[in-house]
Amino acid sequence: MRLGTAGRDTAPPAVEALLRRHRLRAWELAPWLVAVAVYFIFPGYLALGAQILISILFALSIDLILGYAGIITLGQSAFFGAGAYAAGLLAAHGWGEPLSGLVVGGLVGAALGLVSGAIILRTQGLSLLMLTLVIAVMLQEAANKAGSITGGADGLQGMEVWPLFGVFHFGLYGRTAYLYSLAVLFLAWLLARRLVHSPFGRSLTGIRENEARMHAIGSPVFRRRLVIYTIAAAFAGVAGALLAETTQFVALEVLGFERSGSALVMLIIGGVGRLYGAFIGVPIYMIAQDRFAQADPVYWDFWIGLLLILVVVFARGGLIGSIEQLLHRFRRRR
Amino acid sequence: MSEALSAVVSIGFHGLAFAMVLYLISVGLSVTMGLMGFVNLAHGVFAVAGGYVMTRLIAAYGVPFPLAVAAAVVSVAAGGVLLERVLYRRLYGADELSQVLMSVGLIFMSVAAAKFLWGPLAQPMTPPVYLSGQISLGFRSFPTYRSFLILAGAVVVTLLWLGLERTRFGARIRAAVDNRRMAQSIGIDTDRLFTWTFALGCGLAALGGALGADILAIDPGYALENLIYFLIVVAVGGLGSIRGPFFAALLLGIADTGFKYLLPEFGAFFIYALTLVILLWRPQGLFGRA
Amino acid sequence: MSVALETAGLCKTFGALTVANAIDFRLERGARHALIGPNGAGKTTFVNLVTGALSPSSGRILLEGDDVTALPQAQRVKRGLARTFQLNTLFRGLSVLENVCMAIGERLGVAGEMHRPAGSRRAVVDEGYHALERLGLAEDALRLVRELPYGRQRLVELAVALGLEPKVLLLDEPAAGVPSAESGIIVETIESLPAEIALLIIEHDMDLVFRLARRITVLVQGGVLVEGTPQEIAADPRVREVYLGEHAGR
Repeated sequence: MRLGTAGRDTAPPAVEALLRRHRLRAWELAPWLVAVAVYFIFPGYLALGAQILISILFALSIDLILGYAGIITLGQSAFFGAGAYAAGLLAAHGWGEPLSGLVVGGLVGAALGLVSGAIILRTQGLSLLMLTLVIAVMLQEAANKAGSITGGADGLQGMEVWPLFGVFHFGLYGRTAYLYSLAVLFLAWLLARRLVHSPFGRSLTGIRENEARMHAIGSPVFRRRLVIYTIAAAFAGVAGALLAETTQFVALEVLGFERSGSALVMLIIGGVGRLYGAFIGVPIYMIAQDRFAQADPVYWDFWIGLLLILVVVFARGGLIGSIEQLLHRFRRRR
Repeated sequence: MSEALSAVVSIGFHGLAFAMVLYLISVGLSVTMGLMGFVNLAHGVFAVAGGYVMTRLIAAYGVPFPLAVAAAVVSVAAGGVLLERVLYRRLYGADELSQVLMSVGLIFMSVAAAKFLWGPLAQPMTPPVYLSGQISLGFRSFPTYRSFLILAGAVVVTLLWLGLERTRFGARIRAAVDNRRMAQSIGIDTDRLFTWTFALGCGLAALGGALGADILAIDPGYALENLIYFLIVVAVGGLGSIRGPFFAALLLGIADTGFKYLLPEFGAFFIYALTLVILLWRPQGLFGRA
Repeated sequence: MSVALETAGLCKTFGALTVANAIDFRLERGARHALIGPNGAGKTTFVNLVTGALSPSSGRILLEGDDVTALPQAQRVKRGLARTFQLNTLFRGLSVLENVCMAIGERLGVAGEMHRPAGSRRAVVDEGYHALERLGLAEDALRLVRELPYGRQRLVELAVALGLEPKVLLLDEPAAGVPSAESGIIVETIESLPAEIALLIIEHDMDLVFRLARRITVLVQGGVLVEGTPQEIAADPRVREVYLGEHAGR
């Protein structure tokens, strides 16, 4: 029943299009060029810049689960916070080497993701949504009560992060922090991109689009979801560790709903499930927040809430989705 | 009476009061989620709105307690109807994520609005004189207000259950929750039904929020802080069920009070663990349909 | 052994409601078998039980002699059991070619790979394209499924199942909802399926049933009423009674 490949030189365009979809396009390098340019053009804003890069990584971790596997999670901050506290505790108790701190943060996040995922991914719908929240809240409660270890509501004190490669200090201006975060984000992006374009990534899209169909073609759905959940948790853990190391402090809010919630908002603004939603939505949100929220944080929450509702009702694909729609309409007219 | 027994009675009493509040607030959420299939995480907004209306009417305008509570219920129910027509209605068929996000947006807006209008601190709640103090039941005395809360809650719950069993409106709700398309095909106007049910749910939430202001403090972050409790009651009770959340609220109310009293250094941790176990064992909730 | 699929005493109850009542069923290798019965008889339920989408209350399911009763759906697919759904169950937001490639990729065991981009699976994509060509879907290869008319989508549903190279194929009302102008190619495709595949079709369209089937099972209220050749079934008074009521045959 299986036919041999027809002559390669006469492969139909449909086949070619599918085979070439993963190739790097020129505009995909744009964010990195922008990021490098920022280093030189806005030297005074590098601390904020590092925070933005870390938040992009966190939002990316949510996008992997939400946008690709279709699992709605309200508790991704559990893995973020776990990574942050892991790296933080390490640095507070004598081992301040940053790269190994990252690895530990990622591993802790992954371990937590694997264990909690194995338990809760057997459910779906409201139960699953709830359980993601419950896990995060449990962890936050535990961190709050275990004040002798975590510092409780006052935060983790006494972190001492060693210079990167023994040379680059994490100074006040955030230069090291910025480039460090940029490098980590770049590597994470490479990995995420490869994942998303791989057969595994495509099968996640299938699971999101129609789970019943995936079962009916023999796909091990639970296993695939667990794998991406664990990988995303590792990403979140690394992001948390980055935050701890660049600010040399861990506050209880790293485990809070606020962080998960605002990351969701940032992702929606940019567009879910398109890999670059985080890269667009996060900077927009955080830069705007930096400018407007200082004056009056209450106004900020209000307008962001309103914006969220408007986006959901009128522009569900976020910015990327709206651009895609415009392009689609533009191409049709030709 | 002996100390241990006294502790048990205390936990049972306060747990029961807490459970009543939780149930009044959450039953509306269960029905709307089961009826409209809408993931409304912002349900707590209606509860805290009821609390704000009541406390502000009493504190700023000296309105008597029963009137203030009634005003809270009516105004919030009306507000709910407005929101349903203008906003919720648009997203009925939408995917879960959109619904979650919309309700998160609502929460953000309400938190900011409350902070702006009434400041970041909790609203003081002083029960009226005739409900203050202690009431003695022979073997020991109990706070009067909480006793009233339990009684009032029991009355409302009874009326609710009777109403849903005996009235046509109740029958329509039960039919539509069970099988919406079937209900439509036998002529039930599901649009109007949704609106009225939503109003009922919001009104009950406002009642729970207002009466329970003593237990769940009325502050701007209310909808977010207590979200998990409402979700636990609904998820453990069973979506769309009316009786299920009652037993879930009992379980949660008494267990939470008990754990916090006996093991305060663990806080709410065990409640969450208990929820995890129950939802894993029965993902549809104790009374939900598989 | 020439029995591709067999059920023994297959039962499913929901409380007091019995949707499958001790069904004994055999599907020979290379069979062309139809499952008919009035609405609500439990035909789709039977397929759901056999494929593993629903777990039985009691009874056994054997695939090529192996007991698969406890196996999850995906594993039964790996052993050669495929189905189509009564209502199109496709990846609506993906292209036609991708839908079919998804199935082929799972079959070849490469769908879980993370380290190579999907495009490099040339063999998968080529095979997918050829499958589309055979079904006359090639020009729609890159169109999103949700943009296609329902009849074409039904063809894609069939293509996806065929991409799994099943030994046992269960088709749930393959022509349902398809305008008669478009159903021709569906019927032709079913007729030209390889002879080794064991085929079970659920259908209401009697013309189709008598054209395609060599054996027919009649299911009523969850239980098997009768089984036989098309001629036997057509002549059976019980079948007429079930379909046409008590006054049939007068």
